[in-house]
Amino acid sequence: MLPLPRGYRLVFEPVLDRDGSGRWRLLRSLASLGAAFAVAALVLTAAGVDAGLAYRQIFTASFADVPALSDTLVRATPLALCALGSALAFRARLWNIGGEGQLLVGAWAAVGVVLHGLPASTPRPILLIAMLFCAAVASALWAGLCALLRLWLGVSELLSSLMLNYIALLGLRSFVFGPWSEGGFGLTPQLPRSAWLPRLSDLAERVPACRGLTVHLGFVLAVLCVVFFGLVLSRSRFGYRLRVLGANPQAARAAGLPVERDILWALLLSGACAGLAGFCEVSGVVHRLSDRFSTGYGFTALIVAWLAGLQPRWILPAAILFGGLLVGGQELQPGGIPLLLQGVVLMAVLASEALLRSRPRLLRPEAGSSDEPSGASAAATAAQKSDHSEDLP
Amino acid sequence: MPIPCSRPASLGLVGCWTVASAGGRILSLGCLLAALVSGAACKRQAARGTAVSPTASSTADPAAAGAGGRARSIPTAQPGLFNVAFVYVGPVGDGGWTYTHDLGRRALVQKVPGIHTAYVENVAEGADCEHVLRSLARKRFDLIVGTSFGYMDAMETVAAEFPERAFLHIAGWKQNGTNFGNAFGAMEDMKYLAGLIAGGRAQADGRLVVGYIAPFPIPEVVRLINATALGMKQTCPGCTMDVRWINAWVDPIREQEAAESLFAAGADVVVTGADTTLPLSVATQKGRYAIGYDSPTACDVAKERCLTSTYWRWEVVYTDVVQALRAGTWKPGAIYGDAQSGLVGLSGFSEGEVPNPNIPSAVVEQVRTILGELRAGRFSRFDVFAGPLRDQTGRTVLAAGQKPTQSDLLGLSGCSVCMSFLVEGIRGTLPRK
Repeated sequence: MLPLPRGYRLVFEPVLDRDGSGRWRLLRSLASLGAAFAVAALVLTAAGVDAGLAYRQIFTASFADVPALSDTLVRATPLALCALGSALAFRARLWNIGGEGQLLVGAWAAVGVVLHGLPASTPRPILLIAMLFCAAVASALWAGLCALLRLWLGVSELLSSLMLNYIALLGLRSFVFGPWSEGGFGLTPQLPRSAWLPRLSDLAERVPACRGLTVHLGFVLAVLCVVFFGLVLSRSRFGYRLRVLGANPQAARAAGLPVERDILWALLLSGACAGLAGFCEVSGVVHRLSDRFSTGYGFTALIVAWLAGLQPRWILPAAILFGGLLVGGQELQPGGIPLLLQGVVLMAVLASEALLRSRPRLLRPEAGSSDEPSGASAAATAAQKSDHSEDLP
Repeated sequence: MPIPCSRPASLGLVGCWTVASAGGRILSLGCLLAALVSGAACKRQAARGTAVSPTASSTADPAAAGAGGRARSIPTAQPGLFNVAFVYVGPVGDGGWTYTHDLGRRALVQKVPGIHTAYVENVAEGADCEHVLRSLARKRFDLIVGTSFGYMDAMETVAAEFPERAFLHIAGWKQNGTNFGNAFGAMEDMKYLAGLIAGGRAQADGRLVVGYIAPFPIPEVVRLINATALGMKQTCPGCTMDVRWINAWVDPIREQEAAESLFAAGADVVVTGADTTLPLSVATQKGRYAIGYDSPTACDVAKERCLTSTYWRWEVVYTDVVQALRAGTWKPGAIYGDAQSGLVGLSGFSEGEVPNPNIPSAVVEQVRTILGELRAGRFSRFDVFAGPLRDQTGRTVLAAGQKPTQSDLLGLSGCSVCMSFLVEGIRGTLPRK
């Protein structure tokens, strides 16, 4: 409770004319970022660190020169793809928080194709396309499990997708220590060169400036996916149905929209995006699976998706920003500052969701009824409550 | 007690349901996401040598550990000095693996003049480490040391990009003959001696089980388990060894649970191959015994019940490599430090130290004799694993008179007796291939 003078009360009145899109969302995200940096600066200062210097160093290490920018884009690639997957599902009010597990399954499938499907002598484009395809399909099916559980048994996809993360991680471990292990170590054999996504540094022999630039073709894939699914969401009939489903499932059902089919497809596509992230990581960055392959991108991407207001067109900037935070924060000693920032950003974005949909108002004490809530404000409180319980994006 | 890293996600979940039941779906979703993200971050750190260990902090020297961290900024090379950068997988205050590497770094600075060191801690293996390595190379560090197995591929890649820098990798097998070498040590020698001590204690107590807390079923760990069991058989032919796989290098909760489970199953002594000192504290609670790992001071938390600790002294490798580099004589290859080099040790058995009085005196003499032979080079890891050697099914792995090769012990390609079996007397299984 806020310490207000006797009789004064703070209520949140629902705001119906602000649709929570566009300008307000951008403003909200920027304000959340600002709040996060301010809070983190306070903590840093309290810990005896020069916050300005720390932020300058994070910026220098992640954006100031071309090699740093390249590292940032490498990190942004899986973040953007996973965030896109999450955003697709979230827009339809499907809480798929299994991006991490879907990423692992995608990577698993991509490596499986190389180890057991196609010989290493397969031409590079064919091998890469096969890996990409298998990663997307495997993760889509993995996410599809959540959809089936929900449609057949009414199991919340929030729980099932979360739990499938752990199953995916343990399953991956049993493969890297068991049948796919190289000499008993927790690693698969390194993939053949033909299964590596081309990196800018591959050109280093002809273009010396490319030395050490690790940004790979996966970034282009991420951009294409973001553009494509952005158009799907905003221009296609399927995207429109998803948005209706997210805005009001009862209305969607009443209007005779194929809700079940759309839920299935939304989760399939959401999973496929995360699977592509797994493919990019394994083919573009690490080139083999290990028991430590789990990177946490699937979880960080949830923040990226919310920061982008679940709008595909803001996902790339948000992912690049977070990629930079990860890269710049990594070297900053002691570690932990970027994690703090991430946490505060997430809380600020989610808290502002409430502010976006309701307007805080201070009620003056009314004559005669200093303690009893007035009828109007009680109604407002009730409305606000129902607003909260029903009104995610 | 601090919340261990592996648990916040589940705690967060509980919090979520509490909030959810109190209404406010957005808040509960926020809680859930925050719990997930923090859990994921923990997981990324929970590679080798990290996590919030309540007891580990007491063995680490906080002032000294903080001394490097006080810089609180991105490490930079200093012109005119020989610059060495260390990449750690955990925090320097973990009291285990990373802590011993940082002890090595600090000893290096004291022993070798004209040197500047910096470190980056909590660098996850796999995709995360490559840009850290590359960034350090760009900053003109002369030598870059990576102290975790999972940095291997990334170090190979970056070493090829920066032929003018030197790269030293700990616990891997790759090298390129020009600027990238690796180093590890014969910890199996010390584990063998620890096995002698554990077996001697179990024999004296008439409780014929020794427990082993095993991190991962990889050749390194299997080698150490086998060496311990072979030592145990020397002093306690009737003993069996019980193994618990925890699938983590560091996980305070699982280490504690594994120790409790082993004692409950009748173990008299628990030998830990993981990084925190919790199993030692459990031994104190249960009134039994344990043997620590990684750090020479691990036994400080349980002076009476911790029989000894098998430890690493990394400054041996670091000073050698740095001096060779500065003299221009470094030939990157595979360093494998044994007892002679001093890279591996057994606490209580160095000069001026007194062994734990709970070790039977006959065993103390036996350990001292073998340690003397090890240091003199008359006994080695190849003798530890010399035939006749049978695996747990009774199959003869090495006939009498045969000895394994180095690649057999490391389980590398080209091995004929690869480290993918458990020796006779061990109860436990390895994953099927």
